[in-house]
Amino acid sequence: MKIAIASGKGGTGKTTVAVNLSLSLQDAQLLDCDVEEPNCNLFLKREMEPITEVTTVIPEILEENCTYCKKCSDFCRFNAIATLPNKIMTFPALCHSCGGCMMVCPEGAIQECEIVTGIIRKSTTKDQTGPELYEGLLDIGQTMASPVIGKVKKYIDPTRTAIIDAPPGTACPVLTTLEDVDYCILVTEPTPFGLHDLKLAVEVARVLNIPHGILINRSGSGDDSVEKYCADEGIEVLMKIPQDTRIARLYSEGIPFVEEMEEWKEKFMQLYISIKDRYGRSEKA
Amino acid sequence: MKQLVIISGKGGTGKTTITAGISSLAENSIIADCDVDAPNLHLLLEPEVIETFDFHGMDIANIDDEKCSGCNLCIENCNFNAIFTDHSINSCKCEGCGVCEYVCPENAITMIDNPSGTVFSSTTRYGPMVHAELFIGEEASGKLVTSVKEHALSLARENDSDLVIYDGPPGTGCPVIATITGADLALIVTEPSVSGIHDLERIIKVTDHFGIPAIVCINKYNINEENTKQIEISCEENGIMVAGKLPYDTIPNRAMIGKKTVIEYADNEFSDNLKSIWRTVKAELDATS
Repeated sequence: MKIAIASGKGGTGKTTVAVNLSLSLQDAQLLDCDVEEPNCNLFLKREMEPITEVTTVIPEILEENCTYCKKCSDFCRFNAIATLPNKIMTFPALCHSCGGCMMVCPEGAIQECEIVTGIIRKSTTKDQTGPELYEGLLDIGQTMASPVIGKVKKYIDPTRTAIIDAPPGTACPVLTTLEDVDYCILVTEPTPFGLHDLKLAVEVARVLNIPHGILINRSGSGDDSVEKYCADEGIEVLMKIPQDTRIARLYSEGIPFVEEMEEWKEKFMQLYISIKDRYGRSEKA
Repeated sequence: MKQLVIISGKGGTGKTTITAGISSLAENSIIADCDVDAPNLHLLLEPEVIETFDFHGMDIANIDDEKCSGCNLCIENCNFNAIFTDHSINSCKCEGCGVCEYVCPENAITMIDNPSGTVFSSTTRYGPMVHAELFIGEEASGKLVTSVKEHALSLARENDSDLVIYDGPPGTGCPVIATITGADLALIVTEPSVSGIHDLERIIKVTDHFGIPAIVCINKYNINEENTKQIEISCEENGIMVAGKLPYDTIPNRAMIGKKTVIEYADNEFSDNLKSIWRTVKAELDATS
């Protein structure tokens, strides 16, 4: 089954939950879909190998054919092409790769030019223990995260358990990540900021009609407003990870806390079983 | 008038706590929350909304069933897989490019206006504030950030303000790039964890790429003093000033629950250090031309 870890914002502990949960399971896949800041491997420290590039197509103008008729720049809704009386310029960073400019050019003066926007990496088979890690990495200065996320998700093996670390926020990258998952764990912290962002995350899960439950991280560090909200809304509180300087210190050192605090492996396993029993699809062999 | 952005490369490092604290120290400033995906600054500054503006992202395709002949040319030509087989539009995937409208032989497709958020112009106890809300699932957050900045800059001109303070979004993508464009200085908040260090390296590449001068502040420094040392050394090697350090403390959470900035909440090591960081940032801002 596919379980996504989301939160509506950053810094609540999504990566901590994704890494520790996947380490507590046998033979899981872990997919890091926070392609702007993939951090799972800072904790797993696996040897990673690039498996594919993510590319997109942008226009290249053949100036010798161009008559500066402006049809392409008038069509482009992203301001990625500017036509001057006898000069034409493209702005690749603004291009959404819709292909419209090539369609409207009457002179065949625009051709496709492929550029790389990111890469997908996988943990090497040399590391046989622990989860199989896939991560997407968006190149610095690139803005289109969703195609990179879509490509990471292509590596999900439907016969296994996939734990998916989602990006922060509530925009398209999150929706692309959560599309088709079986269950979503929403990580929050018990503070007014945490509650505010949790409400946004719950709204996303509801829009997508994904079963979801709450995991309260740094429990005890704030107030009880998150628990009151969950009770009022009938949302299950799945687990609480306490505010604990030992966990914070292990985090700062890049050590998954289940490795030093073994009793948590069993807790994460129980969490997984309880979700799987209720929401898992029957898996094909 | 100067523009200061507070960014971190990731969430949860304390950007909003620090932005709110600095807002209560800066004089004659405009405050803008550019974290349009998950804005939090309003929870501390409790703005009173004066004016609202509808935000329109990209237009979105609309197919008239009556005219559609089911030829599927729109589906075949859409590079975003935004048209379902029943010829309805997946609004999350539609980028508003207009290719489907162009290829439709029946003129069954029109691009229609798509409201995707709201921008608010408000007053707070520390001066005017501009903030926004993006509707769930809407992209165009870079464009909404630009709209927030435009409103903030025009307020700053009207009020003859000395400074615009932007609470930045997390990450290194489109909204962050939109936020830092035109800034005089970026205050990068980091924390001494392996992920904090990694994100710091990435965000510095972004500020470098766009030529924005940067200065660093280390939050929760005492959670791992070795890593703090490492950040200080690497900043020195890269010629980036560390403006100061803030301790790991329950004070930001306690202040947050009381809807106060850390400066208002109490005099303590945290607020003293933040005051000193603000003095350093102010001096750096004054030094920029």
